[in-house]
Amino acid sequence: MIKNIRILPGTNKDGIKENFSYIDFNIGELYTIVGNTGSGKSRLIKDLEQLVNKDSVTGRTVLIDGKAPSFDVRGETSKHLIAHLGQNMRFVLDKTVGEFLLLHGKCRGIETPDISAIIQVANEITPEAISETMNLNTLSGGQTRALMIADISCICNSPIVLIDEIENAGIDKTKALHLLLDSNKLVLIVTHDLHTALMSEQRIIMENGGVKTIVNRTREEKTLFEELNRAYQSRLKLQNSMRKGESLA
Amino acid sequence: MNKMIMILGAASVGKTAVIKWLVPFLKEENLNPCLCKIDCLYTEDSKVYQSLQVPYVVGLSEDICPDHFLVSNLCELWDWKEKKDCDTLIIETAGLCNRCCPATENTISICVLDATASTHSAKKLGPMVTMSDIIVLTKIDMVSQAEREILIWSLEKLNPTAKIFPVDGLVGYGVESLGRCILSEPAVKTYEEDLLRHTMPSGVCSYCIGEKRVGSAYQQGIVGKIDFQKENAL
Repeated sequence: MIKNIRILPGTNKDGIKENFSYIDFNIGELYTIVGNTGSGKSRLIKDLEQLVNKDSVTGRTVLIDGKAPSFDVRGETSKHLIAHLGQNMRFVLDKTVGEFLLLHGKCRGIETPDISAIIQVANEITPEAISETMNLNTLSGGQTRALMIADISCICNSPIVLIDEIENAGIDKTKALHLLLDSNKLVLIVTHDLHTALMSEQRIIMENGGVKTIVNRTREEKTLFEELNRAYQSRLKLQNSMRKGESLA
Repeated sequence: MNKMIMILGAASVGKTAVIKWLVPFLKEENLNPCLCKIDCLYTEDSKVYQSLQVPYVVGLSEDICPDHFLVSNLCELWDWKEKKDCDTLIIETAGLCNRCCPATENTISICVLDATASTHSAKKLGPMVTMSDIIVLTKIDMVSQAEREILIWSLEKLNPTAKIFPVDGLVGYGVESLGRCILSEPAVKTYEEDLLRHTMPSGVCSYCIGEKRVGSAYQQGIVGKIDFQKENAL
């Protein structure tokens, strides 16, 4: 079982070397990645997923327990270790929901995945229900992401989970994260959301295509997080009322 | 260490984008590549080729099938490569019609597929996919991880011996692994007595030689007709 992933620095958009000697990510921890749009957050996630070895645009290197996986086994290694929820809001595969889950199960060595159970999981985080016979292409943005999250949670079962924005498309963030976070997993979340960013003990700040700095959460910030959490819960209630057409104040 | 590499694929799948990253990699490995682009009427790829600073030649097939045209020029291309003192000839085909596969036994045959288009249609691609040494899957940033896995898994079924490389042609990710694979492929000495991996479609009908009139009366040679007995059969 792997314990740690380490990133060695590459360069930012101006070709200047990133200002760190290495960043360690440990199994069982949650990390967040923040920064302006275009600052390189998604690229960092992709570098990790692809287990790059100086062959991406950033020139970064990813080590697993201190070793760079060889070029030959990178694809397989990444598949076994890493589940990646990208920013995709659409499937391009022309299959039904049931066919997709069956195929992906087979890809991952599960001959008969429990399709209705997985769809039930997806339907917990999207208010408009998905069914087995729906075509993937006709799913809404929120349904698509809900199914991707259920798929990651039920079929992938990888020790490393990379999430490029969880708040997209109006799905229930708390329920979605509950499915993906696990004390035995290493989870990285790209986010613009203050509340999500403060969930982690460490947050990585991106700028101009490179890692700018790494910030540790202070005790005061943890108190702030708890305040934000209460505010988030009451916002969520209001949001649900709004969607039902109820009066909000 | 002479090698001939054929980059096969439908139109707009990203063949040129792969070459754009592959050539600098090969040059860095101290190889001397040269390029040939086959197209039918017009190509804009020469602008990209020019920027790579290696010898290149464009072959426009005009009224002839571009894949037949390519095979008819293979020996001449090999001689041109020798004359240019290059060791690696990279040929980019025109967008294939999915039936022809101009790869020969001695070429390193690389089939380029668009990840966003192939999830449904890989089976339609025929010998280009099933007979290739290497399959490159482009635009992988456009599909989810699950879809990519399903796609690779089904391609492995179609061609169990091919090595498959997911590539993001916009930023060059994946091309280094592809390049290393090409380096490890065996070199060839000569193109005498080389063989096509798969037959071309049989042809030579009236339309092949310029007939414009529609109707059975004007059709001679090898003519195929739809079997209407099989209506709704598929």
